[in-house]
Order: sequence, then C-alpha cells, then structure tokens
Amino acid sequence: MTTTTPPTTAAQQFALRRHSPLQRVQHLLHAHPAISPFLVLVISFVVFSTLNPRFASPNSLSLVLQQVAVIGALAVGQTLIILTAGIDLSVGAIAILAMMLAAKLAEGQGLPGALAIVLAIAVGAAAGALNGALVTRLKLPPFIVTLGTLSVFTAIGLLYSEGQSVQATDLPAVLSWTGESFPVGRFRITVGVVAVVLLYLALGFALAKTAWGRHVYAVGDDKEAARLAGIRVDRVLLSVYVVAGAIYGITAWILIGRAGAASPNAITDANLESITAVVIGGTSLFGGRGAVLGTLLGALIVGFFRSGLSLAGVDDQYRVLAVGLLVILAVAVDQWIRKVRS
Amino acid sequence: MIQHIGRRRAALLVAAAAATGMVVSGCGDSSGDGAGDGDKSVAVSLITKNSTNPFFVTMQQGAKKAAEAEGVKLTVAAGKEDGDEAGQVQAIEDAIARGDAGILITPNGPGVNPAIKKARDAGLYVIALDTPPDPANTVDITFATDNFKAGELIGKWTATQLAGKPATIALLDLFNDKVVSVDYNRDQGFLTGMGIDTADKKKNGDEAKTGSYSGGSYTIACNEPTNGAEDGGRTAMENCLTKNPDINVVYTINEPAAVGAHKALQAAGKTQGVLVVSVDGGCDGVRQVKDGVIGATSQQYPLKMAELGVQAIKKIANDGEKPKVSEGLDFFDTGVTLVSDKAATGVESITSADGAQRCWG
Repeated sequence: MTTTTPPTTAAQQFALRRHSPLQRVQHLLHAHPAISPFLVLVISFVVFSTLNPRFASPNSLSLVLQQVAVIGALAVGQTLIILTAGIDLSVGAIAILAMMLAAKLAEGQGLPGALAIVLAIAVGAAAGALNGALVTRLKLPPFIVTLGTLSVFTAIGLLYSEGQSVQATDLPAVLSWTGESFPVGRFRITVGVVAVVLLYLALGFALAKTAWGRHVYAVGDDKEAARLAGIRVDRVLLSVYVVAGAIYGITAWILIGRAGAASPNAITDANLESITAVVIGGTSLFGGRGAVLGTLLGALIVGFFRSGLSLAGVDDQYRVLAVGLLVILAVAVDQWIRKVRS
Repeated sequence: MIQHIGRRRAALLVAAAAATGMVVSGCGDSSGDGAGDGDKSVAVSLITKNSTNPFFVTMQQGAKKAAEAEGVKLTVAAGKEDGDEAGQVQAIEDAIARGDAGILITPNGPGVNPAIKKARDAGLYVIALDTPPDPANTVDITFATDNFKAGELIGKWTATQLAGKPATIALLDLFNDKVVSVDYNRDQGFLTGMGIDTADKKKNGDEAKTGSYSGGSYTIACNEPTNGAEDGGRTAMENCLTKNPDINVVYTINEPAAVGAHKALQAAGKTQGVLVVSVDGGCDGVRQVKDGVIGATSQQYPLKMAELGVQAIKKIANDGEKPKVSEGLDFFDTGVTLVSDKAATGVESITSADGAQRCWG
C-alpha cells in the first residue's frame, strides 16, 4: 500500500524504516480516513451475503441505496459541520420545516413545483444561516445553538402545517419526481439516489480541490492557526452552515419522493442517524479530519446492517446494538490515530 | 403567497394567544370563579400521544368544538412523540395542579399509570380515549374503537376477496421494540378475521408462519415495524418484498403506513393482485380506498371519542352521573365501520363515497 506514495527523500525513507507495521497502518489510516469504513463495509457485505445469498442480489442492494438516501443526504451537511469541529442537532428539523413549507404552499398546485423546490432549498439555507450567524456572531457553541433551533424549527414546522401531512397526490408531480426509478443494469436506481450521489461528488470535489475546502479543514483543525494564516474564519463557518442548510432543503425534496407524502412525522431519528453515519465514516468529531466519501460508506454500513440482519432473520435490536458498538469503535480508532500524530 | 404568510402568522398568533389564555385561566382558577350560566365552571385536559398524527389532531379539534359548545374550559397537551410517557406525566401533573375536573388521555404506555392514579386520588375523573391503559381499570373508563374488531373486519374482507387462493401475508405493524395494545389488537384481529390461529393475543409474530386460513393455505412473510408513518411503511414493505417477493396480502397498522407500502409495491411493479388493508378511516385514507391504493380500511371515529369525553366529564362534574361501558366489553365502544368499494359477502361495509362523509383529518 505504501507504494502509492513512495518515500522520496532519504529522511522520509529513514522515518519509514523506523516505523513498526502498526504505526504504518496508523499513518495510512491518518492519510486516508475512508479506509477503515471501507473495510467494515466489505466485511459486512461478505458476512451478510453468506448468511443469506439474497442480500447480494441487485434488487436488495438497490433497496439499501434507496433506504439510506435520505440519511445519506442529511449526513453530507452534517459532515461539513463536524469537519469544522461543530455538530448539527437541527438537521431533521430543518429538512421537515423546508418540506412542510414547500408542500403546504404547493398543495393543490398553489405554487409551481419547481418554485416549491427552490423555496425548500432557500428555507433550508436560511435556517442554516441562522445557525451559522448564532455560532459566528454570538460565539455560541454549535451544540447549544442547534439544540435550540432543533426545537424552534420543529415547532414552526408543526404550527405552520398544523401537524398534518400532505399527500404526494396533492402536490405537483416534480416534487415526488425524486421517487421515480429507472434500471441501471439489473439495479433500480431512483432520481433521489442519483441526487445524493451528485451531492457527494460535488461536496467531495469542493472539499478536496478548492480553496474553500482547504479553509474548512483548516478552521476545523485549529481555528486560531487558521485565523493567523489569513483565513476569514467566521465567513468560512457561516458558509458551511448555509451550504449544509441548503443540502437539508434538497433532502426535503428527496424525502417527499421516498415517503409518498410530506409528513411532519418523518425521519424522527435523523439527527442521531446522520451523526452516526459521519462518525462510522471516519470523520473526527473533533474537527479537521475526515471526508464525505467516508460518510457515504458510513451510511451504507448502517443500511447494510439493517437489511442484512433483517434478511438473516435476526431481531432488529441486534442491529441497534451493532451500530452502537461500531460508533464507539470508530471514535476509538480516531483517538488512536490522533495520538500517534503528535 | 401573501395569504399564506398571513396564515402562518395567524397560526403563531393563535398559539401565542392560547398560551396567554392558559396562563390567565390558570390564575383565575385558583380564585375559583363560578361564572357561567348556572353551571359550575368545568375544566378538562385532553392529553394525546403526540400532536402530529392526524388522528390526534382531529381528536383535539373535536374536543375544542365540544368544549366551546358545552362551555367547558379545555387545555390541550400532548407527548412529544408516540411513546413519550414523561411528557404525558407532566401534563397530568399540570391538570391536577390546575384543579381540572377530569382528564381525557390517550396513554403512551404503562409509565403514565402512576400519574393517572395520582390524578384519580386527587378527585379527577380520568377517561382514556382510543387506547385503553394496561390494566384497563387504571382509568375510570375508556372510550375507544374496538381495535380487535377493526382488524377482524379487514381480515374477513381479505379472506373473502382471496376466494380460496393461497395467501402470502406481510404484517406491517407499529413497533417491534414496544408492546402497544392498538398494535397487537389490530394485528391479531386481522389474523383472526382471516381465520388464522393466533397464539398469544397480546403478542405479534408468535403465530405459525404457515398453515391454513379460512379459504386456503397461508404464509406469513414478515412482521416489520413502520412507526405508523409513510417512510417507515415504505422501508418495511421493501424489506418484506426482499424476504418474499410473492406477497399478495399487506396488512398495515394505519393509512400512512399503507401509503408507504403502496410506494414500495409500485417501485417493485407489484401493485397488481396485491390486497392492501388498513385501519383509521381518515379522509386521506378513504381517498386511497377510492383510488384503489387501499382495498379496505376500518374507519374509526376520533371526533366522537373526544366529544363524548368532554360531555361525560361535564356531566360528572355537574350531576355526578358516570358513563357506562358497552355490553360485553370493558370499554365504551365508539364504533368502527369497514370502508371498501369491493363489497365482500358476509362482511358489512360502506363505500368510499359514504366513508368520505364521515371521515376525519
């Protein structure tokens, strides 16, 4: 594996020789945070398809993709925020708020579908901007800010929708378009899944290849150092919250296609599940380390466990147990990697 | 657009006004105002499982209407979500502190029982709506749908529709981590209606996976939880189809779950020849029956539960007259009607057009 980045200078070669195999693994994991979730994904795939061969069928795998799409999309935004050493507890609340506002306004074709989608994304971005403003202007910890806005956005969404859901049949067709599917070989892919893949590609590119992406990592790693390096920390932070909010707005659109209705009851566990996907995906809760690719793998791992254990006829509580253990393991590995670094 | 913003603002204003109203009336109560037309002023609390399920939203609306008509002071509270016992306990304590005459509650679980006992010890009359507590005598009386019968009706309907064909059944329940009476009563009622022997009547999923129903042979493909919501219904149905693609009967705990299940069937190209049955009879659900998404649904009457509840507590507070349970049951049956556009011999039903006249939500 070390051949991918061959040591060029004598000093580097010397350093490598002095490392034990364990330390090399450590460095590898540090350089590529997506490796450990990838291994877990492969292992779980092998185990589950041995337990029930039907698990590996294109049909079953297509369903896993569709089932993790919504949490996967929310987790993109969550990854961005966790990369800056923050946390977002209001993910689900923002998505529901954006969805209910757009759906209610578009109900009975009151508002054209495309406009409703733009509105959902705008509402999401605005909600994110509020979170970001509270974090950067009032200097409040993200945990506290989003704990508060979790309640605020949930309440507004409920008051506005009067607690009632809107059936997809009452909505412009474009709103549930994300639920439409088409064949890819023997797989069936929905528009929503494609949208999620595009989200990951776009954010993955932005984080890895643009100055903005580098700034996000820098701010997450060490705010003060980033400020001294000339990065406008508050601006970067605010932009992260706005982009995350817009992603939750897009998720609202995916959710309508998935559920067949805009319901204030949907995705009740979204906050914890999105954080779970990010953490299992190898992104550090302490900021500055990780990647959206890992999050995608993290979301897929959770989906594999749900589907695989269900097909094996195992009680659902064992999935909850296993995912919990994975979270602890993932954080432990993260801590271990950090230790060697210093 | 402007109109809608206006509506949203109005909703917030109403909420704010309601909150102030509650504070003001709370203060007024302690001084014991006897204003009104001769009657004692009666205060009632309605505590539902959550404030988002259309069933409970309707219940709240029904109670508000009845309270207005009867001159009863009504306080509405709810758990944060289905199963939130702590939230309900708080609301019960509030009702005791406020000096309410009675409580109408849809209990979220056995954790609420001690608080109900405290309320009754304090002299409040407690009526359970929709969901009887366990044990049932925790409350004074329950006004509810006979959920077992609701399940039985759709079970019987399904059996006649199959006309002897083998049944491959998906059971889309409410939870698999909590035992809730509505959940097992409907599920077990459905199986009983199909003519399938159930083991423990208070337990889902312990019946024989294969055997014979009243019309032929059956296979139970899955018991999956839905949380009673669309997204949960879809995921549950997908998991069931993966386990057994030949499913031709889908029992769903409620209509949102049925909508999600239909989505999954549609995506798998399997809507033809699959019977989806449900319980609730909300206006959206009845429309699904008309559109052919749901084959049959058992309609219940939350408005009636709430109205009767408010009236009953007023009566007790004024003349001490207590409501009685329905004959042969340990609760007051508020009725259930099968809604279907395909009449089945031997099962009484009304059409979706008639169902729409009586629907709620």
